[in-house]
Amino acid sequence: MSFTLLIVQTLNGLQFGVLLFLIAAGLTLVFGVMDFINLAHGVQYMLGAYLAVMFYALTGNFLIALVAALGAALLLGLLLEFTVFRHLYDRDHLEQVIATFGIILFLNQGVKVVWGAAPLSLPIPDMFAGTVVLSPGILYPVWRLMIIGSGLAVALILYLLVTRTRVGMLVRAGATHANIVSALGVDIRRLFMIVFGFGTMLAAFAGVMIAPILSVEPGMGDSVLILAFVVIVIGGIGSMRGAFIAALLIGLVDTLGRSFAIDILRLVMPPSPARTVGPAIASMLIYVLMALVLYFRPAGLFPAKGR
Amino acid sequence: MNKLLSSVAAVALLGTACTAQAQEKLKIGVVTTLSGPAAVLGQQLRNGLQLAIKDNGGKLGGREVELFVQDDELKPDVAVSKAKALIDRDKVDFVVGPIFSNILVAIMKPVTEGGAFLISPNAGTSNFAGKECNPNFFVTSYQNDQNHEVMGKYAQDAGMKKVFIMAPNYPAGKDSLAGFKRFFKGEVADEVYVPLNQLDYSAELSKIAASGSEAVFVFLPGGMGVNFVKQFRQAGLADKMKFLSAFTVDESTLPAQKEAALGFFGGANWAPDLDNAQNKKFVEGYQKEYNGAIPATYAFQSYDAGLLIDGALKAVGGKTDNKDALRAALEKAPFTSLRGNFKFGANHYPIQDFYQVKVVQVGDKFATSIDKKVFTDYTDPHAKDCKMK
Repeated sequence: MSFTLLIVQTLNGLQFGVLLFLIAAGLTLVFGVMDFINLAHGVQYMLGAYLAVMFYALTGNFLIALVAALGAALLLGLLLEFTVFRHLYDRDHLEQVIATFGIILFLNQGVKVVWGAAPLSLPIPDMFAGTVVLSPGILYPVWRLMIIGSGLAVALILYLLVTRTRVGMLVRAGATHANIVSALGVDIRRLFMIVFGFGTMLAAFAGVMIAPILSVEPGMGDSVLILAFVVIVIGGIGSMRGAFIAALLIGLVDTLGRSFAIDILRLVMPPSPARTVGPAIASMLIYVLMALVLYFRPAGLFPAKGR
Repeated sequence: MNKLLSSVAAVALLGTACTAQAQEKLKIGVVTTLSGPAAVLGQQLRNGLQLAIKDNGGKLGGREVELFVQDDELKPDVAVSKAKALIDRDKVDFVVGPIFSNILVAIMKPVTEGGAFLISPNAGTSNFAGKECNPNFFVTSYQNDQNHEVMGKYAQDAGMKKVFIMAPNYPAGKDSLAGFKRFFKGEVADEVYVPLNQLDYSAELSKIAASGSEAVFVFLPGGMGVNFVKQFRQAGLADKMKFLSAFTVDESTLPAQKEAALGFFGGANWAPDLDNAQNKKFVEGYQKEYNGAIPATYAFQSYDAGLLIDGALKAVGGKTDNKDALRAALEKAPFTSLRGNFKFGANHYPIQDFYQVKVVQVGDKFATSIDKKVFTDYTDPHAKDCKMK
């Protein structure tokens, strides 16, 4: 367990965390501001990836594919909002869960009909295709650094948007006192639509950024959705800051756990059981973390004010 | 009066239905994975069998075929209820499937005890090859350990000193690494089990890079392999060590892996370029039928399952009522396999050749290609434990 390996694994954890943040940010916004449970959020991440693959095949340019995919994902998101979600805001959570779960099934199958069941791939743009040498023999892909960088940039932009702009102020106000904001003459439906569209674009952005690393396949959003919910529960529902901290925490705990669980267990038990127990414990860690956080702080680490 | 007339008509209709049943359709059930990330494997299975039936003029053993295709959703409980429905409701004579070993273990009892023959065109677990071998169960693929043993033998023969090995944390994953180590006697740098369907391997890749191994051996089927191969290439490891694998780079995953997998090795019992006329016809036929997709082992093994049913039924005059005669016919494997050499061992698993295959580019597509024969007429290591009743 050398020092460089620890650094590399920390970078890996950060990259995973940042990705989770991009997805969880939209989820927590929609959940926190609109009190709407959107299980279909993971599907929007998948759509982002698929759209990027499609636009890349058409244009051969990653940047154009990225922008076009974000635009198309936004349109699809708004279409979903208009046709389905809009009618669910006033219903209870169970109905929202069932309806959005239906959308998961529908879109997973739809993607299979349009693009086929076989996994697709998106190449890394040439400019970022290389690796950087962290120490002799230890390489790190530039694209993963790009993901970390762009994720942190998005986090900063989000922070400024929510705390420094008028729309951000309305979003914060709408989260706690929707009726009063509405009474003051703000079109709350339109505000919700903006928030929703923005959340969709964040998820799609995460999908596009990860597509060069992961295979693009039907159902790719499902596992990520569960993790995103873990993130917003740990961070505190509706809290952007909570989502950021919790996402990085989950990313680091999961990655470091996977890489070092066996080595740590070897200190206290013989190698063979350590090899069996290690992976099992590593995959449980984040859920143990969630249970602990819920036990000590039932509202999450950074509960949004007024809830 | 009207009522009487209609009941007479109904009886008459029944009568014609009965005469039509003299040459009743052969009913074959298919249990395969058609949803989720592994659907692409399950589709190959279904396509292979359908192509075999089509190439035989819509018939197997001289009888028209009616296929009942069921999606097991990669869930054992779902598979069991669908297999039971195939037996009880559809009254099938054969069940062909599944892709995954955990599904095979689940549907074994309902199918074989329900009086049908189960023919697995992919999954071949060690328990059914050994102590729990079953007279109504046949395998047209391999025993699960074997493709991994091919790679172990190759690494050993090539004189490799240090290899990093990795597989998913489930029974087939453990069998895989055990199979590799049965023939590889050098140092295992580390033996890593990842959760099934893990997508990002950044943590493991860093470990592999730091281990100073000569080669990595992985068993990561389907989407897992797509992700790992891309990330392995991106991490710059492809130029530093050899990539050995089983079920990780094949025609079902190569459309997504593309250049990233070029030159990577796998262990297999077949490749699309295996040189015989029948295989050539199959590969061309498959590409023509299914939008130019190159068939993977799943499709060819399923095609062979179709040929097996066809050959055995012909040997008994197309009749399925005498199970003992049909079983004896199946055991003789009366068909020419696409892979050439093929016969059943006492445990109804194949005795066949195994190859090291390598990923090559064919036109604008990618496929595996035979690199070297590693085993000849190889029987699986569990066959000796089987006492067939």
